[in-house]
Amino acid sequence: MADTQDDVIVTQGLNHWFGTGEARKQALFDINLRFRRGSLSVLMGPSGSGKTTYLTLIGCLRDVMDGSAQLLGHELHGASRATNERLRKRSGFIFQAHNLHESLTALQNVMMGLQVHGRVRDAGHYRAAAAHMLGLVGLDHRLDYLPQNLSGGQKQRVAVARALVGNPEVVFADEPTAALDRESGMNVVHMLKELGRQRGTTTVMVTHDGRILEQADRIITLEDGRVVSEK
Amino acid sequence: MTRLLERLLGRLPIGWLQLTHNRARLYAAIAGVSFANVLVIVQLGIAGSMTTATLRQYQFFNADIMISADDANSLSEGGNVARQWMYQALADPDVSAGMPLYVANLIWDRPEGQVSLQAFGADPGLRGFYEPVLADKLGRATLLNAAIIDRKSRNLDAGELAGIRPHSPLTFEYGGKTITLYDTISGGGGFVADGFLFMSDQSFLNLFANRTSGAPDHILLKVSQGADVAAVVARLRGAIADKSLRIRSYSTARDEELRYQNTQRPTGLIFGFGVVIGILVGIVIVYQVLSTDVAAHLREYATFKAMGYGHRFFLGIVLEEAMILAMFGFLPGVIVATGLLNLLNAKTGLPIAMTGEMAIMVFVGTVAACALSGAIATRRLTAADPADLF
Repeated sequence: MADTQDDVIVTQGLNHWFGTGEARKQALFDINLRFRRGSLSVLMGPSGSGKTTYLTLIGCLRDVMDGSAQLLGHELHGASRATNERLRKRSGFIFQAHNLHESLTALQNVMMGLQVHGRVRDAGHYRAAAAHMLGLVGLDHRLDYLPQNLSGGQKQRVAVARALVGNPEVVFADEPTAALDRESGMNVVHMLKELGRQRGTTTVMVTHDGRILEQADRIITLEDGRVVSEK
Repeated sequence: MTRLLERLLGRLPIGWLQLTHNRARLYAAIAGVSFANVLVIVQLGIAGSMTTATLRQYQFFNADIMISADDANSLSEGGNVARQWMYQALADPDVSAGMPLYVANLIWDRPEGQVSLQAFGADPGLRGFYEPVLADKLGRATLLNAAIIDRKSRNLDAGELAGIRPHSPLTFEYGGKTITLYDTISGGGGFVADGFLFMSDQSFLNLFANRTSGAPDHILLKVSQGADVAAVVARLRGAIADKSLRIRSYSTARDEELRYQNTQRPTGLIFGFGVVIGILVGIVIVYQVLSTDVAAHLREYATFKAMGYGHRFFLGIVLEEAMILAMFGFLPGVIVATGLLNLLNAKTGLPIAMTGEMAIMVFVGTVAACALSGAIATRRLTAADPADLF
C-alpha cells in the first residue's frame, strides 16, 4: 500500500536499464517520488533524461526491474498481468504519437476508452458519452472522421478524449500538447486541472511546453536518469 | 453490418473494421484463404475418389460375411478359395445362404485402344446377394456370355453405352468368344479398372477358361435374420479347417480394403501425402495472412493493451477476422474447387466430386487453422510490454 492515502503514485529506489552486458544502459537511477491525489505534475528534462521511461514504468506499460513503484496502492514490481490490466483500466494514457486506431472513426476510438470496462450493453449510451467527450475537446463536428482525415492536432485531441472518457483516476500524458495550438493546448491542461479539482484525478505529464508550467502544481526535472530538481 | 456485428459481439467489431479498412489487403487475404481452400478441397477430392471407387464395388453386393484367401487384400487381388468351404459354412445354423464370387480383369480390345473392365461372375439366381437394380438386370442374364456393362466406364463412348438395351445389345470379342452386352448399370471407373462388367458364373467360367467353378475368388455368405454376424464369423473361424483363410464380416472386409488402398498401395499413399501437403500449405497461407495482419496492427494493439485490454480481447479480434476470412474465402474456394474437380472427373473418369461433407470439413478446418494461426500470431503481443511496441 502507498505510505499515505493521498499518495496515488509512490516510487522508491527505482532503477531501470535497457540492454544487457556491455550494451546495458541505465536510464533511471534511484528515483524517489510521490504524487498526491488530484495534483498535476510536470516532468521536464532534456531528451534522453528518462522522463518517458519513468512515465511508462508508473503507468504499467513497462515492467519494473529494480526498486519499488506503487500505483493506486498496488506494487508494480512483480505485478501480475491481471493486476497490470486492472490498473491500466483505472488510468488514462495520452501518447505522444496519439496512437489512434486507423480503422476506427474518432467516435469509435473514443468509445474504446469506455469499452475496456466491459461488454457494451447500451451502445447508444457509449456513443453519447464518447460524442460528449469529443465535444469537450472541440471535435463534435468530426465524430465520424477516420484518423487519416484529421489533422495532427485533431488526432491528439481525439487521443485526449479517449484517455479521459472513462473517468480515469490517474492520467499519464506524454507531450499531450505538442501537436496542439495554444488555445487547444490550454484547453486540455484546463480540463486536466478541472478533473483534478472535481474528481481528484492525478495527472503526471511529460512536456517541454513552457505554457503548461504555470498551471502545474509541481515541476520535476530529470537529467541523465536522475531527479535534479523539484519545485 | 458494423452495427449488427457490434450487437452480436458486444463490442466494436474491430476485426471487421480492420479488414474492410484496407480493401486491397482484404481481397489479398480472401484470395489467400480461397487458394488454401482450393488446394485442400482438390486434394481431398482426389483422395476421396479412392474411397468412392473402393466402396462402389462393395455396394454392388449384399452380404454379411466374406471368405477370402489370406493374400486377398482387395476384391480383385489374391488367390482363390476352395468352394468346399462354402458348404461347410452353410452347415452353420445361422448361415442362410452362400454364393461364390469370381473376379477377373477383362481387356476389351477396341480400335481406339484397350479398355480394362473388372469382371464379376456370380449366380444370377441368388438375387438377395445383389443390390436391387443389379439383381433385376442380372436375373435376366441367363444366356451364355451375356453381360451387363458399367455405363460410366472410362474410355468408352458414353452415347454408345447409353444405347445398350436388351433389344439393342452390343457385342464384342474376347478370347475368341462373343460377349453380348444387353444392359447397363451405373458404376464408374476406378483405380483397378476402367469400369465394371457383370455376368453369370457360367458365362464367367466359359470366358475365363483357366478358372474353375471349385475355386472362386471370394465366398459371400448371408446369415439368418437376427443372427449375430460377429458370433457367426467366430464360429466359422473355428469350424473351417483351412486356418489361412480370411473370414470377416462383409463390412470389415470393405473397411480393411479401404485401409489397404489408402495406406499400403502407392496410389493411396501418394493421395494421402497430397492431402497432408495441401493442408500444411493451406495452414501456412492462412497463418501468413493473419500474422501479417496482426503485425500490421501491432502498434494499435499495443495501444489497446496499454488501455487495459487483455489477451482475450485480442484473441477475440483475431477470431473475428478468422471467421470473416474463412467465410468470405470459403465460397469462392468451393466454387473454383468444384469446377476443378468436375474437370478432373471429366478428364479421368474417376469418381472425383465435391461433397457436402468435404465442404463442411474444409470450412471447419479453415476456421480452426485461421483461429490457431491468429492465436499464435498474437503471442508476441502477449509477451511484450506495450511500451516496447510503440
